[in-house]
Amino acid sequence: MDGDSEGFIELDGIEKVFDVRRRAGLLRRERHQVRAVDGLSFRVARGEMVGYIGPNGAGKSTTIKMLTGILTPSAGRLRVAGIDPQRERTRLARRIGVVFGQRTTLWWDLPLIDSYRLVHRMYRIPDKRYQENLDRCVELLELGELLDVPVRQLSLGQRMRGDIAAALLHDPEVLYLDEPTIGLDVISKARVREFLRDLNAERRTTVLLTTHDLTDIEQLCQRVMVIDHGRLVYDGALTGLHEVGESERTLVVDLERELPPVELAGARVVKVEGPRQWLAFPASASAAPLVARIAAEYPLVDLSVREPDIESVIARMLSRRQIPEPAGPTPL
Amino acid sequence: MRLYAAVAAGGFRRYATYRTATAAGVFTNTVFGFIGAYTYIALWEQRPDLGGYDLSQALTYVWLGQALLMTCAMMGGGFEDELMERIRTGDVAIDLYRPVDLQLWWMASDLGRAGFHLLGRGIVPMALGALAFDLALPTRPTVWLAFLFSVFLGVVVSFAVRYLVALSAFWLLDGAGVGQIAFLAGLFFSGMLLPLTLFPGALGEIARALPWSSLLQVPADVFLERHTGWGLLGAFAFQAGWAAALLALGRLLQTVATRRVVVQGG
Repeated sequence: MDGDSEGFIELDGIEKVFDVRRRAGLLRRERHQVRAVDGLSFRVARGEMVGYIGPNGAGKSTTIKMLTGILTPSAGRLRVAGIDPQRERTRLARRIGVVFGQRTTLWWDLPLIDSYRLVHRMYRIPDKRYQENLDRCVELLELGELLDVPVRQLSLGQRMRGDIAAALLHDPEVLYLDEPTIGLDVISKARVREFLRDLNAERRTTVLLTTHDLTDIEQLCQRVMVIDHGRLVYDGALTGLHEVGESERTLVVDLERELPPVELAGARVVKVEGPRQWLAFPASASAAPLVARIAAEYPLVDLSVREPDIESVIARMLSRRQIPEPAGPTPL
Repeated sequence: MRLYAAVAAGGFRRYATYRTATAAGVFTNTVFGFIGAYTYIALWEQRPDLGGYDLSQALTYVWLGQALLMTCAMMGGGFEDELMERIRTGDVAIDLYRPVDLQLWWMASDLGRAGFHLLGRGIVPMALGALAFDLALPTRPTVWLAFLFSVFLGVVVSFAVRYLVALSAFWLLDGAGVGQIAFLAGLFFSGMLLPLTLFPGALGEIARALPWSSLLQVPADVFLERHTGWGLLGAFAFQAGWAAALLALGRLLQTVATRRVVVQGG
């Protein structure tokens, strides 16, 4: 029983409350409760690729830990592929893959291939299937020359690709990715993203992606969920998030010399530093006409466009969201 | 089972990759073996038959101690530092995402390590000791087999104790204090400093009844053929009993730890 196709991952009113004890004096300790997740409900269909974002401490990792059965929800109902994760953590573990950008599942002292052989046994993957998957990962993630290298000698990007392969050898139905491109260079990032896109398209692997890199989301996810203070504050397309957040991109222009702030319709100068100026414009607008006009009207040396980071988009969205709401008791 | 065999093989190979460290360790074991041997010679000349051992048996005991020091991890070290660090940093979450049993996983890995240390750190010092001194080596193969089995049980007991030490990090976050207590207890109560048979009265009784005596005292006595017949079975039962009890306690603690305690880090 995999549950219905509508809800491959299902959360209904999930809460997680931590008891935290804090030193309040020399001997006295104060107990208080922290609501890491506060009434979270959502559904992810099979084969969906969903961005799961929010500021630090919003409850993302706590959610993933509950989805994998490591943490038990304080309240609510949770199902992944029809399984209650906390009750059948080991059974579920055979069907999910987890990748952490900042942690490794590989054996540090041993060659990469040894970790894969272990995964082969660990998930009891049929030999033929294992070989097929390994070959595919080796080819697409360009691991061929790395298989005999001890993991501790791999670069961050190589290790990350190695980790992604390790998470996929057993054909997981769900893949949880936590910052899979953190610290990678541009080429490695592109390679990882392309691989994930193909994986989702060909195998219909359901992917839940946590990241601070907006480009990850833009290139991979049709749907974004934003969590803040343990609550879902946005669930929809990325473009919608930009609209709601009225997010802005930044055009950084280097002029030949120091000049008064550039005056241009559709953009405003937010910062001037010597010959360099920062212009903000709506994320939904195209940069091309702006660039053309600046190049025509000003002595332009160089320019670059910066995407809004997730934090500022969310921060904007959250600040706007609070205006229409009647003032109630502020959550912790 | 094949998984845990693969894990054990991995544990073996992990330690086998550090050859210089192994060579340095063998050197250290040998040096300490000589120091211990001459100390024991001085002691046994003053008090022959101390603890029921003649000089040759006492010297054998010294070299067995050096040969098993790493194998039975009498002073700690090995997987528990790694596991404590994983608990502290939250990396243990990764271990819990796997469809494997945490305790069996680490035990298999530690058995692999012990296997390497027995071969890599045990044989050479023992052989050098046997060349330099007149050691009481068993002549019957069955005694060697019984000894190896007793060492295996000793490693399991050692693992079970260190697993408890490592799990303490779930509550204490920094398990260094517990680790040091375990280090001192292991050093003294395994019989590494002096055979536990030397200690008289209640202290001796207690020291011999504690789990750490499974690490050196019991295997050494099996080697020296002081446990034979039913006595040998009794010795095995003593070790296996501690192994089962401590593993069960570790399992209980593991359940509580993974259920109750927050896995660290985001």
